[in-house]
Amino acid sequence: MVEPLRWQIGTITDIQPQTDRVSSFTIGLPDWRPHRPGQHYDVRLTAEDGYQTQRSYSIASAADHVPEVELGIERIADGEVSPYFHDVLVTGDKVELRGPIGGYFVWEPGMGGPLLLVGGGSGVVPLMAMLRSRQAAGDATPAALLYSSRTIGDIIYRDELARLAAEPNGPVVAQTLTREQPPDWDGYARRIDAQMLTEVVGNIGGMHASPLAYICGPTLLVENAAAALTDLGLAPMRVRTERFGPSS
Amino acid sequence: MKRTALDDPLMLDANAVAGELAEMMGGVDITTFMTRCAHCGNHDALGSLRAWAHGPGVVLRCVICSQVVVRWVRTPQGARVDLRGAAFLEPR
Repeated sequence: MVEPLRWQIGTITDIQPQTDRVSSFTIGLPDWRPHRPGQHYDVRLTAEDGYQTQRSYSIASAADHVPEVELGIERIADGEVSPYFHDVLVTGDKVELRGPIGGYFVWEPGMGGPLLLVGGGSGVVPLMAMLRSRQAAGDATPAALLYSSRTIGDIIYRDELARLAAEPNGPVVAQTLTREQPPDWDGYARRIDAQMLTEVVGNIGGMHASPLAYICGPTLLVENAAAALTDLGLAPMRVRTERFGPSS
Repeated sequence: MKRTALDDPLMLDANAVAGELAEMMGGVDITTFMTRCAHCGNHDALGSLRAWAHGPGVVLRCVICSQVVVRWVRTPQGARVDLRGAAFLEPR
């Protein structure tokens, strides 16, 4: 029997800015548990008057990252929780969290593929945990990441993704920049669409290979990508989604 | 393609409320359990359901027929989980 999940107090051990709006927060946990790639932690803040609010943040670290967890958190300007992380918390501070949780949006070596990852903005965070875990396990499941960002400065894990892609058996990494592209940009320059998905899936055996798809990001992106994949013939049970929902 | 009842910016995936659901289920993550929709018979993981979590309670709807499968509300007297929309759950 698995020990039930409970809230615990973690300690921030490291903060690494990834972009202007996204940072990696590494948190040490007294009751650390191995997580599965794609899972998240719930974070709870309590005000002095007792008011509580909580949000879920995806784990970016590979499953073997003991006894800490790395969360990727985007600063939402009018948010209740993320500005506290970005503007207030420093290394050594305490934060209350519960996890790892969310066993449905999970991929780990052994679940098969081909693996199709589609991310928008900080939706790449749980997908990164999948790619890092795949790499750490030496897994050769064909894998592709299609990652949509606004501008080149908004790409999270840019260098690490390039390194992963260059490894033997590394994932295919396709990027699209929807708002602004540098002059030498050789990736896509529009929102994710059926044509783009078809081309990316072509690198991992095509749609008839029935890829296992994970889509994470802003609700509209997830909705469009999921609809495009099922319209292209992928069975809905092969498509797992994680929507951000309304941002606040 | 128009997705009618499921076409809602407030919609989340049940995976997102796994922690709150686990809190009422003795700390066990049941979003990995398979479930059958009592309305249309769709068979998939509970985590595949769509979630509406911005009201006083939480509602999980079938991704195929959009009918309510699971809902819960928390009161000062404790939680109430209504599973009438699930024909069954398969623990795993």
